[in-house]
Amino acid sequence: MSVAPGFYLVLAGLMFAIGVVGVLVRRNAIVIFMFVELMLNAVNLIFVTFARQQGTVDGQVLVFFVLVVAAAEVVVGLGIISLIFRYRVSSNVDEINLLKR
Amino acid sequence: MNLEVVIFGVMFVVALGCSLAMLFAPNAVHVALFLVGAQMALALAFLLQGAFFVAAIQIIVYAGAIMVLFLFVIMLLGIDLRESLIEPLTGQRGVALGLGAVLAVGLVFVGVQGADLAAGGGDGAAALTELNQGPGNVKALARALFSRYLLPFEVTSILLVVAMVGVMVLARRISAVENDRRAGVPAAEEEAA
Repeated sequence: MSVAPGFYLVLAGLMFAIGVVGVLVRRNAIVIFMFVELMLNAVNLIFVTFARQQGTVDGQVLVFFVLVVAAAEVVVGLGIISLIFRYRVSSNVDEINLLKR
Repeated sequence: MNLEVVIFGVMFVVALGCSLAMLFAPNAVHVALFLVGAQMALALAFLLQGAFFVAAIQIIVYAGAIMVLFLFVIMLLGIDLRESLIEPLTGQRGVALGLGAVLAVGLVFVGVQGADLAAGGGDGAAALTELNQGPGNVKALARALFSRYLLPFEVTSILLVVAMVGVMVLARRISAVENDRRAGVPAAEEEAA
């Protein structure tokens, strides 16, 4: 008797919700990025769970694409953050308001 | 007591505990470490579900490469460790927590219902076990990736090249001479010639 897929889906749902709350609540740009990673991880868990349920590896292949997109996103995002930090000496998203002026 | 259920229980508690700890850890480095913990737990979840290669990739690429990049940038910038408690929008944090709780309840509900719905399509777990034993997990993945998913695979290579070039453009520091040249100020040696 193995663990039912529903439990994995519940865990993924909770982790995704925590990721959303983290993005909304935290102020440090790098920390916000880490919560985005948490959300992507939760989605990966859903992919793998449904792959097992369907009995194919298609869901696991999709995890690869999520991984590539996450890597590209992190590289570009951290580049932008370090560029902003060079000019504003802060990674607080409340202080990045150049477009408002 | 079934061993798989015990491992799942430990994984569940560690993954959820690390995610919650991320939310309340004030220090960016601690948040990164808790994220690594959550990712390790998820790798365990992938192993439990027969996704062996994905579990290895999860640890090598996510917990290894990507998190090292995060920690590198945190250390490089010497991020101000204290979290700002100023709210530009009044009550934004409370509303965010409330809506997050609503989202969590909704997703848990959908998870429970969705599991029941999808379970009608025969015993997929047995089929995947057979696939993992027949050609093997890595071979089965490679066959799917390089036949049905060949076009997305090639598109991701374009994505990686674009991201790499973009970061190089972003990270390049423009020298003062180059800045003058772009602004139309003639350089000294050009005037002489």
